[in-house]
Amino acid sequence: MRVERKIVHKERPVLSEEAKVEIQKVIQNYPEGKKKSAILRTLFIVQREAGGWLSPDTMDMVAEILEIEPIEVYEVATFYTMFNLDPVGQYVLEFCHTGPCMLVGSDQIIKYTEEKLGIKMGETTPDGMFTLKEAECLGACGYGPMLQCGKYYHEHLTPEKVDELIEACRRGEVKTN
Amino acid sequence: MVKVTIDGVEIEVEEGTTILNAARQAGGDIVPPAMCYYTGLEGSGGKCRSCLVEVAAGSERDPRPMPKLMASCRTEVQHGMVVKNKTSERVIDAREGVTEFLLINHPLDCPICDQAGECDLQDLSFKHGVEWSRFEEEKRTFAPRDIGDKIKLHMNRCIMCYRCVFVAQQLTNKRVHGVLNRGDRSEISTYIEQALDSDFIGNVIDVCPVGALTDKTFRFKSRVWFLKPMNAHRDCPTCQGIATVWMFGNEIYRVTGRKDKYSEIERHNGKTAWICDTCRFETKDVAKWVIEGPRIINRYSVISTNHYTNENPLDAKKDPKKLQ
Amino acid sequence: MGRKLLLEHINVPGIETFDVYRKHGGYSAVEKALKTMSPEDVVEEVKKSGLRGRGGAGFPTGLKWSFIAKPEGVERHLLCNADESEPGTFKDRYLMQYIPHLLIEGMIVSSYALGANLSYIYIRGEYMFVLDILEKAIAEAYEKGFLGKNILGSGYDLDLRVTPGAGAYICGEETALIESLEGKRGNPRIKPPFPAVKGLWGRPTVVNNVESIATVVPIINMGADEYGKIGTEQSHGTKLISACGNLERPGVYEIELGMTVEEFIYGDDWCRGIKNGKKLKALIPGGSSVPILPHYLITKTAKGEVRNMSYESLSDGGFATGSMLGSGGFIAFDEDQCIVRNTWNFARFYAHESCGQCSPCREGTGWMDKVLHRLEHGKGTLRDIDMLEKVNKRIEGNTICPLGDAAAWPVAAAIRHFREEFEWHVSNPEEAQKHNFGLSREVTFS
Repeated sequence: MRVERKIVHKERPVLSEEAKVEIQKVIQNYPEGKKKSAILRTLFIVQREAGGWLSPDTMDMVAEILEIEPIEVYEVATFYTMFNLDPVGQYVLEFCHTGPCMLVGSDQIIKYTEEKLGIKMGETTPDGMFTLKEAECLGACGYGPMLQCGKYYHEHLTPEKVDELIEACRRGEVKTN
Repeated sequence: MVKVTIDGVEIEVEEGTTILNAARQAGGDIVPPAMCYYTGLEGSGGKCRSCLVEVAAGSERDPRPMPKLMASCRTEVQHGMVVKNKTSERVIDAREGVTEFLLINHPLDCPICDQAGECDLQDLSFKHGVEWSRFEEEKRTFAPRDIGDKIKLHMNRCIMCYRCVFVAQQLTNKRVHGVLNRGDRSEISTYIEQALDSDFIGNVIDVCPVGALTDKTFRFKSRVWFLKPMNAHRDCPTCQGIATVWMFGNEIYRVTGRKDKYSEIERHNGKTAWICDTCRFETKDVAKWVIEGPRIINRYSVISTNHYTNENPLDAKKDPKKLQ
Repeated sequence: MGRKLLLEHINVPGIETFDVYRKHGGYSAVEKALKTMSPEDVVEEVKKSGLRGRGGAGFPTGLKWSFIAKPEGVERHLLCNADESEPGTFKDRYLMQYIPHLLIEGMIVSSYALGANLSYIYIRGEYMFVLDILEKAIAEAYEKGFLGKNILGSGYDLDLRVTPGAGAYICGEETALIESLEGKRGNPRIKPPFPAVKGLWGRPTVVNNVESIATVVPIINMGADEYGKIGTEQSHGTKLISACGNLERPGVYEIELGMTVEEFIYGDDWCRGIKNGKKLKALIPGGSSVPILPHYLITKTAKGEVRNMSYESLSDGGFATGSMLGSGGFIAFDEDQCIVRNTWNFARFYAHESCGQCSPCREGTGWMDKVLHRLEHGKGTLRDIDMLEKVNKRIEGNTICPLGDAAAWPVAAAIRHFREEFEWHVSNPEEAQKHNFGLSREVTFS
């Protein structure tokens, strides 16, 4: 059950010049008058800029850029699972838990990571470093168990590999974009 | 004109007519139920699957049957098409299935629901449902959401027909509510706390087939079957002012559009007679209306039982059904 | 090893770059098509090749192309469905990640055949790193004059773009994909009208799977006749199979259609058998939505014939004793796997991925998920098993799009072949938490 959302801060994230250019380039991918088609990619860019999640304010900003109603953005953002509607940690670890990964031990890897970080799936560590999420099939079935961190896949996971990844994240050595 | 046969009844309709509308033109009990389709709302239909029919022959030119059951509200008739509705066991089973699906997460709180008595889901359950449920899980619930002082949203009762979204899209200039999330967590919502406010938004109440959207100015005032519906009209600068007022004694309890037997707003002067929010919510003074006379509620529902009707809905003979 | 048409050069270092790809015969299909063939010729050739859609449904690609409406003055579009999300399927990613120019070449030839001047590759959002690879390759193709205005002096213009999804299995359904590309929720449309008449932005549109489009390249290069010689009578050419689950050597393989299932599972050049020397318990040959097969129906059909990797042989016996080639997501289960748990897992997947538009799917998938969750966790009853079967039948075929069927089939098949295991879960709830049922008892067919 979700809590009522209100526009809490009227300060929208300030988009970097780079992001603005990127969004304009994305809009160019679609014909004249079809700006709305750019919504998913724009949301990705804005989510990245806004610290990994989309606040109502952020979505309103997207609505303005694409010249559509805010509700159209909310409808889309809540439909697709890759948009975070609540704040997340610096590193979001998304574990595939669908059939083929389960067959090769994703349950155990998930349990191991939960115990290691002391949080459950869907939660964020108190230091704001990690958020754990479960994801449905990520298309790496032959290389499971696996997880996605930012843009990239980490495959053939073992407890040792999870340890290594977490350490590397803490050292700031993991590429997410 | 094309010729189509529905449950053995042959009718001629204009090209481009859907099976459902063809059946409605023929009338009687060959008309499939419709929970999400709404004639006055473009793009509606196809979602609830309660109007599924079997197309036993596609057309005269290509008489092959269609392999899947088709949504009659969105399938256009072809010349020579043969449709089976109540005469098809597949259809009856699918419809019972749809009814069951719509009810498993429904709160079944009719005793405290304002829609009770004129609810399409009640009618559907009465005809195609069973008296008990095999759903043993916890029902899905949604957090209550305030969408303003005129309209009450009760999401747990919603069947996701999308009609209210079409109303906001097509009758108002700014849509602030829509469908959020997906799958069985889909909900009608504004996402952020926001009131639905626009001249015609009250029509979401009239189009809602269940008690998910009800009139706060009428909430808990009376059961609908205790009221006397009257045709009435007034000069309104915003809408056609053609409405039904629901009276108790000399008092108007609520105002709605004039609904036909398929619970759709009637057409007057060539267009659907949607009423505006002023007529609906703020004009309950009898003096402001010209009362034309009693309105026959000619539909298959509890609401018709006590009133000016020649159709008794409770005469349907039902076989005791067994699920297991 | 059989012939490789798509993955022949996959191991060549630098094959993801234009120059290396070109040196190994890349873009010759574009040259051949644009210089020597009319668009109709290309459509004819693909029709003749017998290529069937590689995304799962297996609809003949050439036939699909021939349905596209051609109203005067209206643009047409080709969309490549790279929303690969079917559990067990990862072949398209492999192809796009390692040999992106093959897809781009296929897109050019196919767009030319359809008369499309603006085409899109719709790739699932999780594959954002592959999107980068594709965009880089597309930029190269523009630079070398294979995309853009007047390609190779033929007068044909094509713009190719990549557009991402954002996490929704349903967007693999072609009309949901179109909705998503239009910037909306991925709700499948009610058909008719079909995309070939009214698709993207109301224009005639064809949606094809990545592998189907890539396969157009060898078809044009070698000619439909030559291509048609590979495979069986009803299954032509080669197919990418993504092998996963408890196999010794999972991965993406290109097979000639018609090789035996036994060879594919146990052959040294292929999956090399079941991991850790265990026994094979069950197999899903075509992605999570196709029926599961018990161990005794995998290498042989119910009639006792050798089962091979082809559309017709895998579906031999119908749903009663067969399955489907589907998307080629080949999931093997060893003897220690629990069918109830896996069935619940898939049911949860479909409940999670249902768009929520139509009632049977929205409510039915969630219901099945809950009941199977109970069964798996020792709280089910025998009645639940029968009820699942009935609920299943009321979803199947009654939904707007095939996701309803896809959700219903795996549950139906699991109960059909592994009822004993389900019942064991009910009657031995505590034991079922500790260990697995093992192999199912063989059923003989007369």
